[in-house]
Amino acid sequence: MWQEDFESAPARDDGVETSTISGIPLQPLYTKEDLPRREEELPGRFPYTRGIHPSGYRGRLWTMRQFSGFATAEETNRRYKYLLANGQTGLSVAFDMPTLMGQDSDAPTSRGEVGHCGVAIDSLADMETLFSGIPLGEITTSMTINSPAAILLCMYIAVAEKQGVPAAALGGTLQNDILKEFIAQKEFIFPPAPSMRLVVDSIEYCAKEVPKWNTISISGYHIREAGSTAVQELAFTLADGMAYVDACLERGMHIDDFAPRLSFFFDAHIDFFEEIAKFRAARRIWARYMRERYGAQQERSWKLRFHTQTAGVSLTAQQPELNIARTAIEAMAAVLGGTQSLHTNAMDEVLGLPTDKAARIALRTQQMLAYESGAANTIDPLGGSYFVEALTDEVEREAEAYFRRIDEIGGVIPAIEAGFFQKEIADAAFRYQQELEQKRRLMVGVNEFMVDEDVPIDILRIDPRLESQQAERLREVRRKRDQARCTNALNSLRKAAAGTDNLMPYILESVRAYATEGEIMQSLIDVFGIYTEKAVV
Amino acid sequence: MASTAVRPVRIIVAKVGLDGHDRGVKVVARALRDAGYEVIYTGLRQTPEMVVDAALQEDAQVIGLSIHSGAHMTLFPAVVAELKRRKATDIVVFGGGIIPDDDIATLKKQGVAEIFTPGTPLQDIVGWLRKRFPDGGG
Repeated sequence: MWQEDFESAPARDDGVETSTISGIPLQPLYTKEDLPRREEELPGRFPYTRGIHPSGYRGRLWTMRQFSGFATAEETNRRYKYLLANGQTGLSVAFDMPTLMGQDSDAPTSRGEVGHCGVAIDSLADMETLFSGIPLGEITTSMTINSPAAILLCMYIAVAEKQGVPAAALGGTLQNDILKEFIAQKEFIFPPAPSMRLVVDSIEYCAKEVPKWNTISISGYHIREAGSTAVQELAFTLADGMAYVDACLERGMHIDDFAPRLSFFFDAHIDFFEEIAKFRAARRIWARYMRERYGAQQERSWKLRFHTQTAGVSLTAQQPELNIARTAIEAMAAVLGGTQSLHTNAMDEVLGLPTDKAARIALRTQQMLAYESGAANTIDPLGGSYFVEALTDEVEREAEAYFRRIDEIGGVIPAIEAGFFQKEIADAAFRYQQELEQKRRLMVGVNEFMVDEDVPIDILRIDPRLESQQAERLREVRRKRDQARCTNALNSLRKAAAGTDNLMPYILESVRAYATEGEIMQSLIDVFGIYTEKAVV
Repeated sequence: MASTAVRPVRIIVAKVGLDGHDRGVKVVARALRDAGYEVIYTGLRQTPEMVVDAALQEDAQVIGLSIHSGAHMTLFPAVVAELKRRKATDIVVFGGGIIPDDDIATLKKQGVAEIFTPGTPLQDIVGWLRKRFPDGGG
């Protein structure tokens, strides 16, 4: 009856796709018939589709955690204090490219990069400045760093020691997800095997010494930003998660000793309902695998906790103020998807580093969601929606199909080496770009509704003198430190890297001795070598 | 369409700098290849010296640079300077990435032929190359 009415009614003919942004075909209407038949799902109950906490946001709101860092440790420290004073509830450190790539600021290839897309950290001295006046026992900090993750974590532990805060009291998250670097973001340094060893070393060490620390943030964000679909983001990320679980089990750890501290990080893109379905499916799939495949006994091991960032790629340089609206939609999806923490992008991030004002608007957007919109009042408000439930199931089914393909290739690392993920992502990115060019997808202000005006927008600039100033600080650290202690520490680290010891204590001692990040990385490169990717277009 | 005797324009597409954001460079490389150009993608983390080496070795007429780390004001001019040093200034350099307008003007003065920013239709890049090389493939 309805079907007939629908078909006889005139249809829009603007040529715009009605499938999700990832290409999942959608029906014009969902009804009771589309509801999957299963036992009622509830928040706080396996498989956690409706959320990991029985009280949802009634119990506790998500953490508003704005990713931030630029220029020197001193300037970033000021920005952190500004954000905390404005009601931000956790810190999230963005490091500059040399830091992310394990290089010191005075390395030849650091030229032009120092302090540009994050804060420059070369040694413990910079880290002390970065957190000066911020009590590490009272806040939680997320650090986005991967190949050199163990070093930066040791620096954080060492700063806490100096503040008199024991490692066991520290809370926060280390990204430490090397697999998605090979897959998408490409900030790898060592080959896969020693890279995985370092990840497992840090997970094993933290299980004993820093038990409240989230040892890894298994990330779909970068996979998505590199052009994947929502389903690929979900499937590849969870597959990575299982690869880490396998590696820890191989080390001899017990599943329930490390699984509760694994955390996840997803993108919130602009296709509202698909994103919500993705978050809900993620929890259900992870819970099932942890309980059924890995035999985890503790409920904490079954619960997928995640951070979300709104989609950088959805922002436009054209009419940049529109990005405030986009970010609000995406943030709403994250909240309705039950995120544990959230970063909202600033409107000007597509042009350069965010200004104070743009960063504040981004934070205020979250506060509006939390306190004005009512979105936090009811747990999983879209649970039971014919459409959202059907889409959650569809996303889950498609993710399962990817797990099978990855298994057929032999697992995540063989699939990386075969270029499988890289090609899937590049294909999806190209397909999306073509859809934009053919106007089968619209981006407001980019391929439709353009204006011919220049919107002057303030951009935060990095002082070009910063590079030489940072290099000078670094020279001073090298001059002042106990060189014998430093050399000994690095030699011991090199020796340990050639063996099978957990490397964390050796890295921690090197950090305490003010060895620089570049020196520590070089000691490891001496043993592990470096990885180069075969470029696939 | 140019006569078949004309060799298609050969383009070195390179990621300079430390960042690994290769979505844009890969999409552009594929679009240029589909448009009939010969495209050689160098992969990540190329120094200006490596890029110019590759261009000379491959006898390329064009270098396309991509960067997202904010180091464009150092690295793009460094490629142009290296071309000068190697007496290869006939090679056309263009670039893409998150590059503010003010920087674009400066880079053009320094010898970068064109800069494409996020949201540029692929056809604009192809169109620009066709204008620049009217009888060279594409």
